[in-house]
Amino acid sequence: MIEVRHLQKSFGTTKVLDDVSFRIENGESVVIIGRSGGGKSVLLKHLVGLLQPDAGEVLIDGENIGPMSERQLLRVRKKFGMVFQGAALFDSMTVAENVGFAFRNHEQLTAGEIARRVAAALEMVDLPGTQSRKPAELSGGMRKRVGLARAVIYEPQIVLYDEPTTGLDPIVSDSIDRLMMRVHEQLKVTTVVVTHDMRTARRVGQRVMLLHEKKIYANAAPQEFFESRDPVVRQFVDGVADEKENIC
Amino acid sequence: MNFPVNQRVRYVLSEFGQITFLARDILLSVLTFKVVWRDLLFQIYSIGVKSQTVVLVTGAFTGMVLGAQTYFQFHKVKMDTATLAVVSVSLCDELGPVLTALMVAGRVGASIAAEIGTMRVTEQIDALRTLATHPVDYLVVPRILAAHIALPLLAMESIVLGISSSYLVGVHILGIEPTYLWVNMLKYTHDTDVIIGLVKAFIYGGIIALIGCYKGLTCGLGAEGVGLATTEAVVYASITILISNFFLTLFLGKIVGLL
Repeated sequence: MIEVRHLQKSFGTTKVLDDVSFRIENGESVVIIGRSGGGKSVLLKHLVGLLQPDAGEVLIDGENIGPMSERQLLRVRKKFGMVFQGAALFDSMTVAENVGFAFRNHEQLTAGEIARRVAAALEMVDLPGTQSRKPAELSGGMRKRVGLARAVIYEPQIVLYDEPTTGLDPIVSDSIDRLMMRVHEQLKVTTVVVTHDMRTARRVGQRVMLLHEKKIYANAAPQEFFESRDPVVRQFVDGVADEKENIC
Repeated sequence: MNFPVNQRVRYVLSEFGQITFLARDILLSVLTFKVVWRDLLFQIYSIGVKSQTVVLVTGAFTGMVLGAQTYFQFHKVKMDTATLAVVSVSLCDELGPVLTALMVAGRVGASIAAEIGTMRVTEQIDALRTLATHPVDYLVVPRILAAHIALPLLAMESIVLGISSSYLVGVHILGIEPTYLWVNMLKYTHDTDVIIGLVKAFIYGGIIALIGCYKGLTCGLGAEGVGLATTEAVVYASITILISNFFLTLFLGKIVGLL
């Protein structure tokens, strides 16, 4: 279970998150939406301890990870898999080395067993036979898929997605959405997706949260959220720029 | 950039503090984390084997120039056969380790900062952390250990080649009597000279890798950030080597004097 209590974060004099609180139950699929530069990725990075809060708490299965050192966090991070916006594949390694990275120093697993698991993970993301290719040889969508295979190969309890469909065409975006739903159903993982893609939010989320003005502004089931008459929610869902931005 | 003096001092102190924390993490990792031999060997290859050409050329030509200059001065006072002794002691104590370290700082320090810096700006270091891997264990420790191992070997190669080149120039071009040249070199070069050179090279290896890794891990965003980190890694490592060389010379000389 993930619980965030009164989280605050600033970079220099710019406050990015202010008193953010929410709770995500085990096995739930939650989508966090919000405007670009609104602090969604910053919030996601707090969940896995990549950023330390200025104030407030981030609890993973009841354990506050805020005050933990980098070494203590390594134990907690074994519960997580994360797919980055730009995939963040290790460019000096092949696809197989990337996907099997978590097992590289695993003494109990033989090379054959690691290769078998890598092949299975690549099969799950519809990229069989790409083991020997380098990240530079892959398209954007393929890189995201390899990133997903790397994040789920060790069967984490929680999978975090940072803008999984940004920069992809609608067809590839659709396949990534399906993949996220498949991973959620097959592995029974808790899923947290940060996106500003409304289609992804409708399809993947069992609950949708809107991060607005540094706070969680709305938190509801998809149907309720997308039918909301709240002007802020409607503006975001319908994708309407406000007047000031029209003038700009 | 024109910062007020107090801001500049605070910045420098903060950099020192962060490097000290990184050094503490490295020590902790070396003491508690199992070294991955595959990574260490790859880094020794990358730092040591790939630096061969630049280090050997530096050693050979430094030895030849130093030999020729020493001969020109010593010839005036009929001390031609002491030429190789001066070259040998200078190369072992100072020029071998310092010039090797400066050349490696340019090649390896820049490469470490650029590689780790690029990993930082493309979120690969964050990806490492989410895969429950400490960046110090995986990225920094193998490079530090490899630099500590490779630098003394490179410095030794450079010294040997420098002395050999100087000998060849002295005997075949300048016409110095070879037997006395060789005997005088052996007479005035002591074990301690060699040990001082190796100790210095060992320390410089750590300085180059530590500064390169620190600059990479803390580099700013974008291509500009990586470029700046790379430049600073080379400049800071070179300056640190030159300044620490003075203190090491005094310190190690004192120790040798006491022995």
